[in-house]
Parts: sequence; C-alpha cells; structure tokens
Amino acid sequence: MKAAAALGAIALALALQTTLASLVFRGAAALDLVLIVVVYLSLMSGPVNGVLIGSIAGLVQDALAGGVLGIGGLAKTLVGFTTGVLGTQFIVTAPLPRFVVFVLATILHAAVFMGLYVLLDLRQFDAPYRQVLSQAVGNGFVGVVGAQIVELLPGLRERRRARRVSRH
Amino acid sequence: MPTVQLSQRPVLVLAGAVVLHIILISAQVNTRTGIPLLQVATFGFFAEIQRATMTTVSRVRNLWTGYVDLRSAQAENESLKRELQRLQIRLQEEHALAQRTESLRQLLELRQRSRLETVAAEIIASGPSDEFRTITIDKGSTDGLKRDMAVISPNGVIGRVNLPSGRASQVQLLIDRNAAAGALIERTRAQGIVAGQGGDTLLMEYVPSSADVKPGDLVVTSGIDAIYPKGFVIGTVQSVERGPGIFHKITIRPAVDFSRLEEVLVVTTPPAVKQAEAEEAAIAARRAQPPSAESASTNQSAASPRPGNQSPRTARPRTPPAGLPSAVPPATNQGPRRPPGTTQPPRRPAANQTPQRPGVLPGAGE
Repeated sequence: MKAAAALGAIALALALQTTLASLVFRGAAALDLVLIVVVYLSLMSGPVNGVLIGSIAGLVQDALAGGVLGIGGLAKTLVGFTTGVLGTQFIVTAPLPRFVVFVLATILHAAVFMGLYVLLDLRQFDAPYRQVLSQAVGNGFVGVVGAQIVELLPGLRERRRARRVSRH
Repeated sequence: MPTVQLSQRPVLVLAGAVVLHIILISAQVNTRTGIPLLQVATFGFFAEIQRATMTTVSRVRNLWTGYVDLRSAQAENESLKRELQRLQIRLQEEHALAQRTESLRQLLELRQRSRLETVAAEIIASGPSDEFRTITIDKGSTDGLKRDMAVISPNGVIGRVNLPSGRASQVQLLIDRNAAAGALIERTRAQGIVAGQGGDTLLMEYVPSSADVKPGDLVVTSGIDAIYPKGFVIGTVQSVERGPGIFHKITIRPAVDFSRLEEVLVVTTPPAVKQAEAEEAAIAARRAQPPSAESASTNQSAASPRPGNQSPRTARPRTPPAGLPSAVPPATNQGPRRPPGTTQPPRRPAANQTPQRPGVLPGAGE
C-alpha cells in the first residue's frame, strides 16, 4: 500500500514536473518536483526505502529526460539514502529543518548529478552556483509547503467527516 | 542460518544500488576511443580477474613444474656429480700428462743442447733410508749404463750411477752424505769440492778464503772428477763462512729439487772421453802451476768425492783431477775425510783451464 502510494507520488511528481511546472512557476525549470518527493518520502520511510525510491524516481526521470540513464538515478539514490538516514537520526518535522534538508538534498543532488556529467566529460556547467542555490531554495519552499499540505490532508478529511456526521 | 533483511542493511542496499547505477551509466557512456565505458570497465575488470587467475595458475604450475624438475634434478645432480668426478680424474690425468710432457720436453731440450750422449730414464723408486740419499731409475746395464755415469736433469746435476743392474740402476744423489763432485764458482772460477751432507744443502770445501765468493754465486761442475761433465749447474751459494784453516765454508743450495725428480738423463759418454778432457784440463793446469804444487796435485786424488769412505756409493774418479787444491788428502780407509793439517792452500785454476765447458746449460760457466 505504501509502495503504491510512493510510486503514485513519484508518477504525479513526474507528471507535474513535465507538464505543469514550467507553466505554474516562472523559471520553474529549476524546481525538481521528483527530488522533492524523493526527499520527503525518504524522510518519512528511512534510508532503505529512500534508496529504492530515489533509484526508481531517478531512473524514470532519466529515461524521460533523454540523458544518460543512471546519472540522475544515482544522484537521487544518494539523496534518498542521505535524507533517509537524517530522518531516522533526527526529528525533521518542523518546517525549518525540513527546509534545510530540502536545500541540502538539492545541493547534494546537483553536485552528484553535475559532477558525474563533468567527470564523464558529457556536459560542462559554467558556475551553476546561483542556479543550484535558487533550485535549492525553491525545492525547500515547495517541499516544506507540500509536506505541510500532505500532512494536513488526513486531518482535514477527518474534520469534514466529523462535520457531516454531526449535521446528520 | 539467519536471514538477512535488507531493511536492516541500508548501506548494503545503497552499495548495490550505486553499483547498478554505475553499471548502467557505464553501458551508455563511451570513452574517448569510442568504446563503451561498460565494455572497457568490464574488460578491465575481467582482465584483472584473468590476470589474477593466470598468475595463480602459473604459480601453481611453476610450483608443480619446479617440484617435478626438482625430482629430476636430483638424478641429474647425481649424474653430474659422477661426471664431475670423472672429469676431475681426467683433468688430473691430463695435468700429470702435461707435466710429464713438459718434463720430457726439457729433457729433450737438454739432450739436444748437450753434446753428450745421454739416456733418458724414469725414476721408479727412492732410497730406502734417509741415511743414503739414492734413487732407482728404470735403466740399467742393458741400456748401456755403467757405474759412475753422471745423472743430470735440466735443472742441474743429480748424482751418479752407483749400482747398475740389468734393467735398473741405483743413483747416488749429490746430496748424499758420501757423495761429492768437483765444482767451481762460476763467477770467479774458484775451485773446490762440493759434498753432500745428507740434508737439503751441499757443502763446498777447499775453497781458499782468499777466493771471491758471495752468496748467490752459481756453482757448476768443474769436470775434474771425471764423472760429471763440466759446466753443469750444481746450485747457488747460500752462505759463505770463515771455515777452519784457510778455507771457506760455503753452503750451497742445490739447483735441483731432489724431492720432485721424475725423469733424468744419464750421461753415457765414455769415461775415457771425460778422462781425456780432464787430462787436458790437468795439463793446462799444470802449465800454470808452480812445480811444487804441480807435484802435489798429481800425487793426490783430491777430487775423490769422499776420501776415506768405503761406501760403494762414493764417487771415485778414475783419474787424478786437474787443478784441485793440493790440500786435499789422499784417500784413507778409516781416517777422517779431511784430516787436520792439510794446510796447503788450493790454487786458483789456470786461466786456460776454464774453457772446454760443454756449455750445456745457459748461463753456466762464463
């Protein structure tokens, strides 16, 4: 059940990333919704699930992006593992810690992703510090908001149900 | 067997995932040469495995081969040892043959240089007692050897034939206590008698103390004993001391190493010839001597190697030696070899006496 939800979340993130992200946010090409989903799920489920979620999400994203299959997967695998470890070692439920985790995860992802491309001499990146930083902040903001929304959804459902029951 | 849950091994899962990703990336990325990275990495990885495998196999094979070789090497080692022993014996034989050849060559050279008739002989035995320094040679009367024939070697005088038999002869060495020979100092022509002492050195006697003799002087045969041809090397002066009376006491180191004799030459020139030569020398000496000394010298057989000795080994010249010191007493049977009172000093040989050397040895004589 949880695995299906995770896969659904990834699929949704991919769909949003490829269709709506560039429309909703100006210059939102910097946002990585898949990465946000991976970080959040890893924080919630631990390093092992983080590795699996990161690998699957990254591979699918690589496949859809048309780049080298595996680079994004490897980057997200490492991010999933790292955030999973952080989630098990620290209490990362408050918005600020989550924001920091999202920012650090984005930086780690960018470092691994770009580093592998440069290492394999496939692409060159001209000082992408601002781009990475803006993506990190954006991911952090979206991640924190998204996480709050996701965590608030079950409570909202319960309150609506209780309200309907009280009316009847 | 405990089951391993992957959820409890996050690092293991991460490692597996990373490896899979790397493999996946490598399969797509080409190297600069255009070959897929996965192929290069796979080839390189398996090449290392192959190298390790081959190294292991090679070591095992070498170990086995070394063991097998070691087993065969033992037999080969034994065979080589036997071969080495055989070759060492062969080498010693060849070495001995070469030495013998060299010795014979020297003898032949001596024979050719000498105008004397000689017979080559091989030493087959040595003397039974240290008191009598003799050797036995393999030539005897059937080969024409007679008593008192001189025995020489390329290095110098050895002795004389003392007891010839049919096919062998006993030779009295010059170092024998009862042996003697007429001799002279090559440099100054001072004459005397060289006598054996039974040891390794010789003693030259009856050389006047006024004669010029120095250590290192060469001593050669004078020929006056009618046994040894003139001019053959006897040895070198080792020391000169003031002897009793008016004579030097001269110790001579023999030129011949008597302990290493193998082949010798026996001078078969008829004694008559030597006698004639001696007589010629005597005549020449008489002409240069005063009448008193001449009469004395003609009446004495001073060149007798060991006067007063009854030993059959003693050399006995057949003719009175020429130019001998007149102080040498006549032979007596029981008396001392050189009784005191023989004060008449020997004379220096005449100047016309020094030639007539056979000249068989380079450096001998003048």
